[in-house]
Amino acid sequence: MSARSITIIHSTHRLTRVSWAALLLLVMSQVLTAEPAHAKADYRTVSVADPYLELRTGPGIGYPKFYVVERGESVDILKRRTDWFLVRAENGKEGWVSQEQLQRTLQPDGQEIEFAAASQADFTDARWEAGILAGDFGGANIISLYGSFSLNPHVSIEAWGSQILGNFSNGWMGSINVVHETWPDWRISPFFTLGTGVIHTEPKSTIVQGEDRTDQVAHVGAGVRIYATRRFVLRAEYKSYVVFTSRDDNEEVEEWKVGFAFFF
Amino acid sequence: MESRFRLLFLVLPVFALGLNGCAATKNLFGRGNNSAPPPTAEAPGQVIDPEVERREIKEPKIDTENFEIGAFVGIMSVEDFESNIVYGVRLAYHVTEGFFVEGTFGQTDAGLTSFERLSGGAPILSDSDRTFTFYNLNLGYNILPGEVFLGEGRAYNTNLYLIAGLGSTRFAGDDRFTVNFGVGYRFLLTDSIALHLDFRDHLFDIDLLGEDKTVHNLEGNLGVTVFF
Repeated sequence: MSARSITIIHSTHRLTRVSWAALLLLVMSQVLTAEPAHAKADYRTVSVADPYLELRTGPGIGYPKFYVVERGESVDILKRRTDWFLVRAENGKEGWVSQEQLQRTLQPDGQEIEFAAASQADFTDARWEAGILAGDFGGANIISLYGSFSLNPHVSIEAWGSQILGNFSNGWMGSINVVHETWPDWRISPFFTLGTGVIHTEPKSTIVQGEDRTDQVAHVGAGVRIYATRRFVLRAEYKSYVVFTSRDDNEEVEEWKVGFAFFF
Repeated sequence: MESRFRLLFLVLPVFALGLNGCAATKNLFGRGNNSAPPPTAEAPGQVIDPEVERREIKEPKIDTENFEIGAFVGIMSVEDFESNIVYGVRLAYHVTEGFFVEGTFGQTDAGLTSFERLSGGAPILSDSDRTFTFYNLNLGYNILPGEVFLGEGRAYNTNLYLIAGLGSTRFAGDDRFTVNFGVGYRFLLTDSIALHLDFRDHLFDIDLLGEDKTVHNLEGNLGVTVFF
């Protein structure tokens, strides 16, 4: 009986392994077959309108120019990395061109090419934002990730996950909050926030035995979002937390954090 | 202005229909010839044509490759606890040609301290507490972009970059706030596939062996990443 059960387990193991392998093969074949077609569909051809277009060996200002495409010739745009574009000339030469130069080329119908470049207007109007902040949480270190959704330029909803690393205890905190920006079109945009969440605390293993606790928290805060460049935002904030403990007194914790974020 | 064009649009078909109608009646009664569309009908058409074809601002769909994902394997020395194999994954987002942000997650195993080996006594840590896992969120800067040349006909792009960041390390039963910094070398096999050689130092405070001290845990690894 037991021998049979062992064979069954073995066979299922084998089955899962086979199915994993099949899945992997499927994914790989998908990647291998889909990518060239996908890439081909994304090619865009532009013709050089300036006296020449400089091709560099790499996507950066430091890489040497090795080829020049003349006015009237066309290039295929293969891919983009940050502000650099990999293009292929008519004779098959491939090189990287800066966005600044490529912006002055023409599409087949004679129109100028335009690229999505995030600006300060997007900083005000973008719907989604995600970021990383770190700082001090009542004497402990805190590392936080957040995602934000804007209902309108003034009001957004945020969800936070934080890890708290202290000398005597560790823990995590999850919270949601509403943010109000009074002047969202300013480059340095101040905001106010109000939210609630839960905090879980574990005393360190080297400290005399304490109990793990999970408590509710509420917080108010203020800070600034600063538009840096492209999709990049710098953020600094202060929050004051009230931890609703099961003891007689509620704890109050102050938090300072700085970090960066992206909008999209 | 727009309403005037709308009026033109309304008037024009009526006008054209009217003319066609005239032509048809002419044919019905066997008068006039079949050809000869009135030349005056063309001229107003040309005047409004540029306005009909609105300028479309089409943003070309180009494959952007700002993300870099990959895995690494190497050796990590956990201070006081020997060196062991470390492995992990990495995800990076390239913001500009210089700056990128990066997240890493890795794991290694801590060995025995010299004391544990020599005394032969009870081990300081249980086996599960010897697992050393870490995550870090880093900011990186490509400080020395360059090229290497293999033989006569091959050139590869490279980058020497610096990283620094914060994270957490789980070791000896606790999560520990960790600062890490280091230097890496990115060797681009193709425009999308890169090999990495990285050296990093993970610093955190630990009070495991009596007093609080800052430990340096040195990591050296080799990795492969793909841009997407």
